[in-house]
Amino acid sequence: MELKPVIGLEIHCQLLTKTKLFCSCPTDYVGREPNTIVCPVCLGLPGSLPVLNKEALKLALRAALALNCTILKKTRFHRKNYFYPDLPKAYQISQYDIPLAVNGYLVIDGKRIRIRRVHMEEDAGKLVHPTKTGRLEGAEYSLVDFNRCGVPLIEIVTEPDISSPEEARNFVMELRSLVQHLGVSDGNMEEGSLRCDANISISVDGKFGTKTEIKNMNSFKAIERALAYEINRHMEVILSGGEVIQETRHWDDSKGITTSLRGKEEAHDYRYFPEPDLLPLFISDEMVSEISKTMPELPWDRRNRWKMDFGLGDYEVFVLSSSKVLGDFFDACVREIGKPKEVSNWIQVELLRIVDDLRLKIEDCYFAIPYLKEVLELLEKGVINNQVAKAVFEESIRERRAPIDIVKSKGLEQVSDEEALKDAVKRVLEENEDAVKSYLSGKDKAFNFLLGQVMKVTKGKANPAVVRKVLEEELKALS
Amino acid sequence: MELCDMPAWKLKEMISKGEIGPEDVLDSVFNRIDAVEGTLNSYITLLRDSSYAQAKEVKRRLKEGESLPLGGIPIAIKDIICTKGIETTCASKILKGFRPPYDATVVARVKRAGGIIVGKTNLDEFAMGSSTENSAFGPTRNPWNPETVPGGSSGGSAAAVAAGEAILALGSDTGGSVRQPAAFCGIVGLKPTYGLVSRYGLIAYASSLDQIGPMTKDVKDCALLLQVIAGKDDKDSTSIKLNLPNYLEACEVKDLKGIKIGLPRECVSESIDRSVARVIEEAKRVFEKLGAKVVEISLPHIEYALPTYYIIAPAEASSNLARYDGVQYGLRLKAGSLREMYLETRTNGFGEEVKRRIMIGTYVLSAGYYDAFYLKALKVRRLVKEDFDEAFKEVDYILTPTSPTPAFKIGEKIDDPILMYLSDVFTVPVNLAGICAISINGGFSDDGLPIGIQIIGRAFDEYGVLGVASAFEAETECHSRRPYRR
Ligand SMILES: [Zn+2]
Repeated sequence: MELKPVIGLEIHCQLLTKTKLFCSCPTDYVGREPNTIVCPVCLGLPGSLPVLNKEALKLALRAALALNCTILKKTRFHRKNYFYPDLPKAYQISQYDIPLAVNGYLVIDGKRIRIRRVHMEEDAGKLVHPTKTGRLEGAEYSLVDFNRCGVPLIEIVTEPDISSPEEARNFVMELRSLVQHLGVSDGNMEEGSLRCDANISISVDGKFGTKTEIKNMNSFKAIERALAYEINRHMEVILSGGEVIQETRHWDDSKGITTSLRGKEEAHDYRYFPEPDLLPLFISDEMVSEISKTMPELPWDRRNRWKMDFGLGDYEVFVLSSSKVLGDFFDACVREIGKPKEVSNWIQVELLRIVDDLRLKIEDCYFAIPYLKEVLELLEKGVINNQVAKAVFEESIRERRAPIDIVKSKGLEQVSDEEALKDAVKRVLEENEDAVKSYLSGKDKAFNFLLGQVMKVTKGKANPAVVRKVLEEELKALS
Repeated sequence: MELCDMPAWKLKEMISKGEIGPEDVLDSVFNRIDAVEGTLNSYITLLRDSSYAQAKEVKRRLKEGESLPLGGIPIAIKDIICTKGIETTCASKILKGFRPPYDATVVARVKRAGGIIVGKTNLDEFAMGSSTENSAFGPTRNPWNPETVPGGSSGGSAAAVAAGEAILALGSDTGGSVRQPAAFCGIVGLKPTYGLVSRYGLIAYASSLDQIGPMTKDVKDCALLLQVIAGKDDKDSTSIKLNLPNYLEACEVKDLKGIKIGLPRECVSESIDRSVARVIEEAKRVFEKLGAKVVEISLPHIEYALPTYYIIAPAEASSNLARYDGVQYGLRLKAGSLREMYLETRTNGFGEEVKRRIMIGTYVLSAGYYDAFYLKALKVRRLVKEDFDEAFKEVDYILTPTSPTPAFKIGEKIDDPILMYLSDVFTVPVNLAGICAISINGGFSDDGLPIGIQIIGRAFDEYGVLGVASAFEAETECHSRRPYRR
């Protein structure tokens, strides 16, 4: 029996428009006082009517084109009817039978993951539960914040072409990078501007199995963990001779399990029908070609450029393109400093760690570009050694101080003078007779120990190459 | 003649000549209201104080030389059209206390034109009904005979205009709700082409069918009010941009030479009241006298219009009315859970007819029934429209009765929804096709009740329809009769 996971994803991205999908309220709801960016339209007040935001349409088209989709010439909106307090009209304006775009694909590690459709819809509001945990349990009442209501979304639905949790995670990462590069969405999973649901089933000897839908995966890690858990669960059910039940399941990140949310029988009947308040939408060839012409550099083009022009490797470009701000920062550094390979290395090994430690954002680190430039120059000129350079770079960012100042005020210049280092070497040899003996008896390992001791004695400032030379000479003299 | 029984265009002339002021017209209207409103119940909300304040403002604007098409004319607004800060109920308990924070586009246009809003008129709850009996605020009565209904759903507006409780009124027409009450009350009612008048602020019943229309004492007033409310509105995506003709000019038509009017054979058969058939026969002769050629035509799918309407309209209504859930505004009944709160609020907040249509609509959109009902209805709707397209290749206008009977007795049909629905059999096809039609008074029944005739025109040919109606009016006397005129 051959068991294979079959995964399809549904991803919602908030579009980076200034105003909502069907009214002129602003979209920047994060951190706002509840219900302060609302109007009769997004509150669904009786008598109000939607008017489509053309900017949202353009962004959606840009995403669809970048996903290699076919744009449908005539599309329309539907109403998706259901009751919930965060949905003030009791229907969501969405798309149903004729989405904006169909039949696209995104390449992940050389494999095409097909995109079934891309469509536009409006976001709902948010319920606020006045409990300590912010959860519904134990709340005496709930409040509704409609600020998010009507924020434009695109939903991207894949074919069930994904075959592992890792691939699913990589797909979402690549998609996030794409929408960021396009300026279509900020793709922030924590703040919910990128949300991912998954459909998963196990094919047995090539035959499709029953699928379950997983909701509430709020990070890349959660996607990978939830899918791995769910695959396991399906496999166990199948291998023990049971049957998977078609249902929607909720990922509990803290417990690391999925739990049943609702069964097939409880599935909503959304009673979709064409939205009579909006006319069918005709997408002209001119509009499409206009958008194609103004397409920014896409992540895969960028990665190619980095490989071809800078000679970077697969892994490096993968890391650098994982978010647009990081790629932008790298490009800015190279423009300023040159030396793409070194810069890439310093960003990936040092800067990302420093940024993490200091809780900074990459986009706020442009001030550090001259610092990096200076550190690399100091290193090249042999003024400081590699170890000192790393420490100085970190300190320069933390203190917002030029590296050269730090080097001078702390006297961190590298010591390359053989005579000066000879004293230090001699002292180390005197104090470490055992190590000297073991080196002389043929144990080469002891050499590195002695070298380390010299560096320590010189407070890391010694030029390691010079130390090595002097140390070799002195040991030879002893043998 | 008292001022309140005069048409707006006449009052405008008198105001501009300085013979009377806007307050005089208001005095007359409110005197009439005081006299008859206890019987008629045309209004849900009266705005006496604010009316006089508005009149003062209009006088100032007129003095400053502003040209105001409705300067100082009292107008009643159907209580399904949003008025800023003024309770807008849709004659439903569920909207109790709802004060819209905005004016409907038509209301804003009326105010800009110097119209004075005297009150919000009664209707069938959410415009669902043909008699204005389905109101949480009690039925409205027909000023011609208080034992009979004024028609519906814009019965309050029709009664108010007929009785001189307002000079002009706005109604909304989804399946005949402007024309049928206009017919029952002996006034003029126009259902504009879908897209001519903005629906922004009209509380939706069936969005693909709803249009706001003028309800007036004569055709000229109808043209006057249409001119004010018609035209593209950026807030309504379904409103159409076009160069508006001067509708008042249409009222100067004196003869109908070269005009071809179709009389559908489907509309002069069976279930029509004898007096209605007589009025149609007389109207035919009037049109011929005016030089028009009246020919028999066929609208083969018209018999399916009513059942089609009663699928599409409830389907849209079930979605449009889902927002009345007790969360944000209006009625909210306490309950132990969200689901119970929904159930309690909606069960108690809506009347029987509204609940009936919500259930029909929910059913026809449900998985497994959508294709058999809703989708099929959309197809028939297209056939009905094509019937009209075909007919308009042959003729310029189509003449039908507005309703198969004159006003019926209060309570007569309230327990028989199908019988009630039949009252709109001639008006519904026009909404399905999205074209325009006017109802004007064509005569009276033996009991002295007015009988309306409907003139249907091509899409956006309001100008032509007003012209034909105007010529008819000029040739006949019946429109000038008023129930309370002394
Ligand atoms: Zn808004």
